[in-house]
Amino acid sequence: MKRRNFLYSMAAGAGLLIPVGQAAWAARANGAATEATTKNKLIVIMLRGAVDGLNVVAPYGDSNYARLRPTIALARPGQTDGAIDLDGYFGLHPALADLQDLWQQKKLAFVQASGSPDFTRSHFDAQDYLESGTPGRKGTTDGWMNRLLGNLPGTTTPTRAVSVGAVMPRILSGTVAASNIASGAAGTKANVLDRPKVGAAFEQMYKENDKYAKAFSDAKEAHQEMMGASMEKELQAADGGAPLPNGFPDDSTRVAILLKNDPKIQMVFMALGGWDTHANQGAGKGQLANRLSPLGLGLANLARRLGPMFDDTTIVVMSEFGRTAKQNGNGGTDHGHGNVMWVLGGKVAGGKVYGDWRGLGNDQLYEGRDVPVTTDFRSVLTQICERHMGLSDNQLLKVFPEQAYARSSFNLFVNKA
Amino acid sequence: MRNLTKIPGLLVLLITVNICALPVHAAGPSTEAEALHVLNRLAYGPRPGDIERVKKMGVDAYIEQQLNPQFLPLPDGLQEKLKSLDVMSQSAGSVLFDYQKALKNTSDESDAAQKKRRELVGRIIEQTAESRLYRAIESSHQLEEVMVDFWFNHFNVFNGKGLDRALVASYERDAIRPYVFGNFRDLLGATAKHPAMLFYLDNWLSTSADFHANGKQGKGGGQKAKSSGLNENYAREVMELHTLGVDGGYTQKDVTELARMLTGWTFDPRAMVRSNQNFYFDADRHDKGSKLWLGKSIPVRGQAEAEFALDVLATHPSTAHHLSFKLAQYFVADKPAPALVERLAKRYLDTRGDIRAVLQTLFASAEFRDPQNAGVKYKTPYQYVVSAIRASDVKVQNVRPVLGVLAQLGMPLYGSQTPDGYKNTQDAWMNPDAISRRINFATALATGRLPFDKEIEDGDKMGKKQLAKQAEEKSDRPAVMPAVSATALLQTLGPGLSGRSIEIVNGNPEALRASLILGSPDFMQH
Repeated sequence: MKRRNFLYSMAAGAGLLIPVGQAAWAARANGAATEATTKNKLIVIMLRGAVDGLNVVAPYGDSNYARLRPTIALARPGQTDGAIDLDGYFGLHPALADLQDLWQQKKLAFVQASGSPDFTRSHFDAQDYLESGTPGRKGTTDGWMNRLLGNLPGTTTPTRAVSVGAVMPRILSGTVAASNIASGAAGTKANVLDRPKVGAAFEQMYKENDKYAKAFSDAKEAHQEMMGASMEKELQAADGGAPLPNGFPDDSTRVAILLKNDPKIQMVFMALGGWDTHANQGAGKGQLANRLSPLGLGLANLARRLGPMFDDTTIVVMSEFGRTAKQNGNGGTDHGHGNVMWVLGGKVAGGKVYGDWRGLGNDQLYEGRDVPVTTDFRSVLTQICERHMGLSDNQLLKVFPEQAYARSSFNLFVNKA
Repeated sequence: MRNLTKIPGLLVLLITVNICALPVHAAGPSTEAEALHVLNRLAYGPRPGDIERVKKMGVDAYIEQQLNPQFLPLPDGLQEKLKSLDVMSQSAGSVLFDYQKALKNTSDESDAAQKKRRELVGRIIEQTAESRLYRAIESSHQLEEVMVDFWFNHFNVFNGKGLDRALVASYERDAIRPYVFGNFRDLLGATAKHPAMLFYLDNWLSTSADFHANGKQGKGGGQKAKSSGLNENYAREVMELHTLGVDGGYTQKDVTELARMLTGWTFDPRAMVRSNQNFYFDADRHDKGSKLWLGKSIPVRGQAEAEFALDVLATHPSTAHHLSFKLAQYFVADKPAPALVERLAKRYLDTRGDIRAVLQTLFASAEFRDPQNAGVKYKTPYQYVVSAIRASDVKVQNVRPVLGVLAQLGMPLYGSQTPDGYKNTQDAWMNPDAISRRINFATALATGRLPFDKEIEDGDKMGKKQLAKQAEEKSDRPAVMPAVSATALLQTLGPGLSGRSIEIVNGNPEALRASLILGSPDFMQH
């Protein structure tokens, strides 16, 4: 199915006028989402603080790369702590060695020089735009994952989209109910509201409250469901009693178990911080490597533990903007522009670095300092929403309602019936 | 449920005139609802008897008193507690010295050395937190504590980044607290020059692009001497977050130019220890070229260049607007009325950044006094936890359970990693998981299951993990503190609970009542 000529410009802003997801929400009473409609899973991982994409997928084949980064460039493949060769031109950061298998199985792809078309170098604005899906427009009240949730076929329960973390992220905020659970074991364990008398008393306290009744009942429903699906025992058995590594690998393992045990969960959002490396970021080893290593391990865990379900899963990793091509005086990088998006999944046409890559020559850089954005992040997400989540043109317009942007010229998914 | 009456114009006039001496009881008694409102916004909610006291003195007198806290003694108990925190009386350099000495022991990986290191770092962090929390809970200078939280978030530094573990105590004490009611330029300058900020946003490393240490050990030596080049991290955030705001009208070029002006603004750990010098300007590292910043040509003047930049930023209309919006959002409503923001910005510019004057205008405004704006703010985790402890009147000797619950609720104290600090809006904090976690905390607090008394259990076992266990149904810990009295709570909170909520509280067994009050929808907001 090809719909590349679709005119986004015709419906600029239309999404704001449409009460997204109300129909889906109203249908909730009719029963739970069926396994078939929630079969295709989407996991979005946001690297907050702007990861240095030029050291994640490094263009070691461009002589400017080592020149611009005398102390932080990755060594060439084959050298000590050198990059892992991807395609003879780009190399993967060695701390991401856990992802090598997925690359070789062609289930991992990258889109270099991608990102937001807005020129801001403010973390907070850039993240906002990545989550609202409307770069340059601050008035958007909801996030694109919430709008996606409202446009998916079938019925929606509060656990259809789940975020891991203490706060509800912008990307999932909106009119359709979504859940968040705490990071770590606490997210799926029993709490005081599971005691019948306490639970009943608070239910009475909250049920007629205008502001909080819905959040309270959503919380209760989501909590019961995820507690049931978490199966801590299964987790322990799978690990042979060994303690889980902390942080992301731990959470990604839990997410895999939740997805496997609860067919109603279809989308997951996770965020990881600490990528704002203005000083001493290191090359093959060091600060950035220490952040990337658990991320790579966690993603590999996730893919492995999902088992056959990975075939129906797409994972996208993104960050608000890239960093300066040239290292600064402190062995770090300042805020830049184009970055790399990571796409993993069973049906991803991987083993390839996509995107319109122009090189690191001075006149190829944006403002002489940054990788330019040649692929709008929305064109990658639109393709995922269309090809993987099955959205129609009309629905896509509701998820990404902004004016015209080029649809990607490349195909991120293998064509399967 | 809340029924504030609007304050007549004359009173507004009375309290907007310049107040420089003793608090004057300009107004007569206020209603219970008015008293509750000012206690919720200028303080971390009422403690027992507070509503009655403020009602009697009148909210205007209370506001004046809180804006001029130097006339109000701190409670004896609090003073004693604060005196016992030796980290808080040490200079920044002295704490840094202890911290670095402990880190040097890392080469010795014996259990004893590791334990000692953990204890020392733990003591620094814990005492910093104790000082903040004891004051927030017990201080009579409540607005001062509210403003410390506000300005700390505005000028956030993160205690998880290296040296800042040792420097946060001094940062809050020396760069934030003395200026919370003062002139904004002084506050801006104090944060700009504090080593915690210089370190957090990397300016201490920034040098002129052609600076090369070349074996020359700069005054700081070590890592600093190795650096050579511009770092624009602080220059960007000082304009985006601390002053003009992201849409304040500056370009990437302005960021780079300000970064050049700020080169040489650094600190030297050894000078901090030796002579209590927390900031110094290193002329060798300064970019001596001319600069063009915000349309102004900047002559080469060393340290004075960035001082001038801070002067310009502090009195810029964009800054006036940015700060006014943030204050109105914090004290009035998530989406404050533009007219109010405009009035505050005008007052800011008229007084050249007098924070107390802006707050006077704010608290006297019809918007602040409008009953429609009472109880509409969703408490941040910090506000929720501190107000619950205050209302319950529990004595806190051990802050670890408090720190644990703040971390669980997504707002670890001094733990905001990004320089924008924590937000204070409902959108940022209200979510399904947060409600059940707050209720868990409320229940543990109300039934005396949080070990706030240090003597009962060894402090090391408390904290995050302890609290997580607390939340589990089966680890039904025995009560270690007296249960909170529902009757006393209702009296303390006055009109803070709606009639319907009170009905539900009274319809439940005694053992559940205090939990229901503190976990009620009414108490989630202020």
